Amino acid sequence: MSAPEQVDLLILGAGPAGMAAAIAARGQGVSVLLLDENAGPGGQVHRAIETRAAKDDQDADGARLVLALRTSGADLRFGATLWAIEPGGKVFWSEGGVGPEARGTQARSITARRVLLCAGATERPLPIPGWTLPGVMSVGAAQIALKTAGLVPEARVWIAGQGPLLWLYAKQALAAGGRIAGIVDLSHGVPPDALRHLPRALLAPGYLAKGLAWQYAVKRAGVPILRAESLRAEGEDRLRRIVIDEVAHEADLLLLHDGVVPNTQVTRAIPGCLHDWDAVQACWRPRLDAWGNTTVEGVMVAGDAGGIGGARAAAHAGRLAALEVAHALGRLTRNQRDAEAGRWRLALNRQLAPRRFLDALFPPLPAAAIADDTILCRCEEVTAGRVREAVSLGCLGANQTKAFTRTGMGPCQGRVCGPAVHAVIAAAREVDPAAVDPFRTRFPTKPLTLGELAALAS
Amino acid sequence: MFKRTDPPDCTITWDGRELPARNGESLATALLAAGVLHFRETPVSGAARGPLCLMGACFDCLVELDGQPNVQACMTPVRPGLVAAPQRGIRGLPEVEDAA
Repeated sequence: MSAPEQVDLLILGAGPAGMAAAIAARGQGVSVLLLDENAGPGGQVHRAIETRAAKDDQDADGARLVLALRTSGADLRFGATLWAIEPGGKVFWSEGGVGPEARGTQARSITARRVLLCAGATERPLPIPGWTLPGVMSVGAAQIALKTAGLVPEARVWIAGQGPLLWLYAKQALAAGGRIAGIVDLSHGVPPDALRHLPRALLAPGYLAKGLAWQYAVKRAGVPILRAESLRAEGEDRLRRIVIDEVAHEADLLLLHDGVVPNTQVTRAIPGCLHDWDAVQACWRPRLDAWGNTTVEGVMVAGDAGGIGGARAAAHAGRLAALEVAHALGRLTRNQRDAEAGRWRLALNRQLAPRRFLDALFPPLPAAAIADDTILCRCEEVTAGRVREAVSLGCLGANQTKAFTRTGMGPCQGRVCGPAVHAVIAAAREVDPAAVDPFRTRFPTKPLTLGELAALAS
Repeated sequence: MFKRTDPPDCTITWDGRELPARNGESLATALLAAGVLHFRETPVSGAARGPLCLMGACFDCLVELDGQPNVQACMTPVRPGLVAAPQRGIRGLPEVEDAA
């Protein structure tokens, strides 16, 4: 499929933020090109919603958004991976490598008057000894297997770590007929600090009720829940057992989770796009104004990629960003934009009300506890000990450490290990994480072949 | 391991073996459902690896797909008759054609 040379708005990501933004922008007469590397719309939360039955109100939200997106008139490209954005809004991506009519991956480019990045979130890694063994996966991965292929866990499947998604997945897997050997809770209970955020959280009590219902459903199903301090995975060529506080249990699969962080892989590669350390969510996030504008003219962010807020908050942020685009392109006056935005801003604030409580309730696990011989960078097989050694030699941030150890230099480009490497460096230096550089990412932000690159020139 | 809640409707070939799969699911979920955990061997140490994230981020599910190296199994939809094999270490480079 060929592409036009120019578009008003290019959106990356067809999750709730990207879908809602595309629908709202089309409603204002803005031309939209939407790229997503997955096979269909939905993002992670509404993944494969077109091919499975809606089970709850979240699924129903997703189904409505997908239907409106399909009829919005936006140019939708799936299996399309963005890999560069140049100053002036020239965007590069590759598509067509998969699917029934695949003729090999083709690189494409277009100039967009506005770019809206809705790249969502990735799971914070939980490096434990043996986590590179086949059979150790993330909870998010298991949830994708459930949503897209109807795979449920059976026999000796363990879930370990902390965070709301862990409990949601356990509940969903049990409801779908799966069986779980046990849950290893590595958190330290409810942090006392969390309770002072509770009153504001009660403005949106639905969230809290849901979270409690998930935990209750898991306990009622008779799944053992073990509070533990240490966990390792063992086996020769694949996972065979896990060792919980020095007690071994047979295991076929181990699913790890330690919360989610904004996906800033593309924004960090854009020169001049500033990011700030979010001490509450323990992550970097792009600096945004109330409309989602970054510090680079014409580049915007909406949804979890700008700070974790959940699916509904993401959709509202997407709508606000679309109104700002319509204003910037002269389709709405400032007053029209502000009038349209009012109800979405109210709805967004309501969705964000419980966030500080949730963030305080589920703090990430401490990086200082990661053993020296545990691999942090899975691609280049670099251990926490080697990262600490680089710090002792004078490395102050992630980029210097990368040059010394190759950590973050493999094909995933630091997507997986980034938060862990950053946290280990900060803990080893005994400084505020805000004072430690994250990995600087570079275009192309996803691997592409020389053939794809060369074909652009001809 | 994982168990299917929907029946398979086609077959694929993995490392010379025929495996059941569902048209349109990802190659990675088809392999997991068939009990395959060992997707590749790393270029650094040769260690066995399988998928971590299933969302295109980790690059631990790399396979050879119809002879094409370093393909992410989690981003590859299954079609009947697909042929794939583990990605063992780094990709081989084709012979450079003689320019003369």
